[in-house]
Amino acid sequence: MNAKHVAAAIIVVAVLVAAYSAIYVVDEREQVVVTQLGAVKGPAVTEPGLHFLIPFIQTAHFLPKNLLQWDGEPGEIPTAEKTLIWVDTFARWRIYDPIVFWQSTGTVENALLRVTEIIDPAVRNAIASYPLIETIRTTNRSMEILDEDVKEVREAEPQAQVRVGRRQVMGQIKQAADASLKGFGIELVDVKIKRINYRKDVRDSVYGRMIAERNQIAEKYRSEGKGEASKIRGDMEKELKRIQSEAYWKAQEKMGKADAEAASVYAEAYGRDPDFYDFTRSMDLFRDSLNKDTTLILSTDSDLFQYFKTNKPR
Amino acid sequence: MAWDWDKLKEQQNHRNRERIPPQMDEILDRFRGTNFKGAWLIIVAVILALLAYSSFYIVNAQQEAVIQRFGKHVRTAVPGFHLKWPYPVETVTKVNVREYQTEVFEGAAEQVAAGDYTRDPDTANVTLMLTGDLNVAVVPWIVQYRVEDPVKFLFRVNDPIGTLRDLAESSMRQVVGDRNIDEIIIRREEIAKAAQERLQSELKEADTGILVKEITMKTTTVPGPVQPSFNEVNRARQEKEQMIYEAKEQYNKAIPAALGEADRTVKMSEGYALDRINRARGDAARFTSVLTEYKKAPEITRTRIYLESMHDILPRLGKTAVIDDKQKSLLPLLDLSGRGTVLPAAPPAAKAEAKK
Repeated sequence: MNAKHVAAAIIVVAVLVAAYSAIYVVDEREQVVVTQLGAVKGPAVTEPGLHFLIPFIQTAHFLPKNLLQWDGEPGEIPTAEKTLIWVDTFARWRIYDPIVFWQSTGTVENALLRVTEIIDPAVRNAIASYPLIETIRTTNRSMEILDEDVKEVREAEPQAQVRVGRRQVMGQIKQAADASLKGFGIELVDVKIKRINYRKDVRDSVYGRMIAERNQIAEKYRSEGKGEASKIRGDMEKELKRIQSEAYWKAQEKMGKADAEAASVYAEAYGRDPDFYDFTRSMDLFRDSLNKDTTLILSTDSDLFQYFKTNKPR
Repeated sequence: MAWDWDKLKEQQNHRNRERIPPQMDEILDRFRGTNFKGAWLIIVAVILALLAYSSFYIVNAQQEAVIQRFGKHVRTAVPGFHLKWPYPVETVTKVNVREYQTEVFEGAAEQVAAGDYTRDPDTANVTLMLTGDLNVAVVPWIVQYRVEDPVKFLFRVNDPIGTLRDLAESSMRQVVGDRNIDEIIIRREEIAKAAQERLQSELKEADTGILVKEITMKTTTVPGPVQPSFNEVNRARQEKEQMIYEAKEQYNKAIPAALGEADRTVKMSEGYALDRINRARGDAARFTSVLTEYKKAPEITRTRIYLESMHDILPRLGKTAVIDDKQKSLLPLLDLSGRGTVLPAAPPAAKAEAKK
């Protein structure tokens, strides 16, 4: 190895280093702000591919070009009716003006702080200026009551209607935040509510309400059961009376008819000679009704004794 | 020199970790030991080998390959063997576009109910949602998706899977927020469909290149603390049915018995009727027969019947008193203490004669 070779090698290396510093590759996901000795030089490079700059004088600052996330910290916010709810939001944004972005924030990390500072109050304001239902419901679609248990109760109460709805509330947050973020070269694509939940104490009272509603239904069923059972028993009592009385009626009717027929048979037969009937029936009556317990006092005057005192017919 | 080697190593690590020539150290050693010319040759050979290796790529059946030339997307390749410009001119990213992936959104409802949300909001269950009637429901679900457009998937969104999760949550909550608890518990399929449509349009709008195949709902229900009261309703419903059944049972026991009893009463009356009429007919027949004979000799028959009857009756009587018709008062003669029928057979007579 002589000095000539070493010198040649050093030159080659130096050229390679310079060439390497002069080129930079911009990915599909990236855009670049080029600065020359600290000052922004020319428009931002948004076209992916191979690009050149002057080594050591110009610097390439890589910024993301694609859609970026912002995930908000869940926060406790009172709604217009002072119900405390937990709201968890997220947003999507992109750098729409890389130069402004680079000048005002520099890095994505810094930008996210700004986004948080701007979106959080916007969310808070929007949520607080509407009743809870406005951030829950999106439309006024009619909700169908499918639970037979509560149909009556629920159908009686009107369904909550919204004037603006979730989409507009979110739109309003976006609008409020977007204007401020424009100054940072940030375009806010959207802000969305990921989760809304009741605070524990509110949730407990909602559970209480749900439980109370169910208990009410359970009681309703029990009393309905009692009522229907009583009704069936009443029907039964009525039916029993009807059956018994109808039977009585039929029986009496039949017996009456039989009595009548018997009477007519008797009348027809006995009518031929009422006196004789009277006579024979009396005989039968005496035979049936007089017994050993009977004391009979007879006068010798009676027909029986016409031959008692004399043998001559009277 | 060191710079060149670092670069080379980095390149090799970056491109293909497992294909690092194992004899690297050996080469290095030899390079130090050998003369300058030979070393150059080896370096050139190694570089050429690496260039050759990075000039082709193989795409699996499930994949599509996205080729970038100096960062710029130039083409997308289908499965198979392909050539490309060597590194660092062109780079390949392979994306699985056939296989469905799943994102699961679920958590134990009990855990949430027991946990204190105020102290640790992050532990809040992903499935706990407010409904359109301001109740709370537990809604677990699964999203099945695949990458439809690898270019969009790679380049348009910083974190497509995170975006998918966020959008899935907000879409599902939006759908749930417009439904009451009944619909959430009963109409799961409809909710899955609505959420899927919502999510798909959001993903499309965000240019994620993700295609949602299906949203599957797991069992939607009410939160743990409320669950017992729902069970209580079921129990009450069963109690109600039981009470009704018991009453019906009683009814069914009593009514047929009463019908039977009624039938018996009617039948008895029919029996009575038959009995009554038959007896009447019998009596009438007998009377008529006797009457016929009587008509032939009325006086004698009458007397005969009378006397026969008396003959029949009188001996059976307990006490018989025959009083003379001249007897004025019969009271002193009578002991009426004995039970029995007293028949004044004739108008009071003046004289009486007792006979036992």
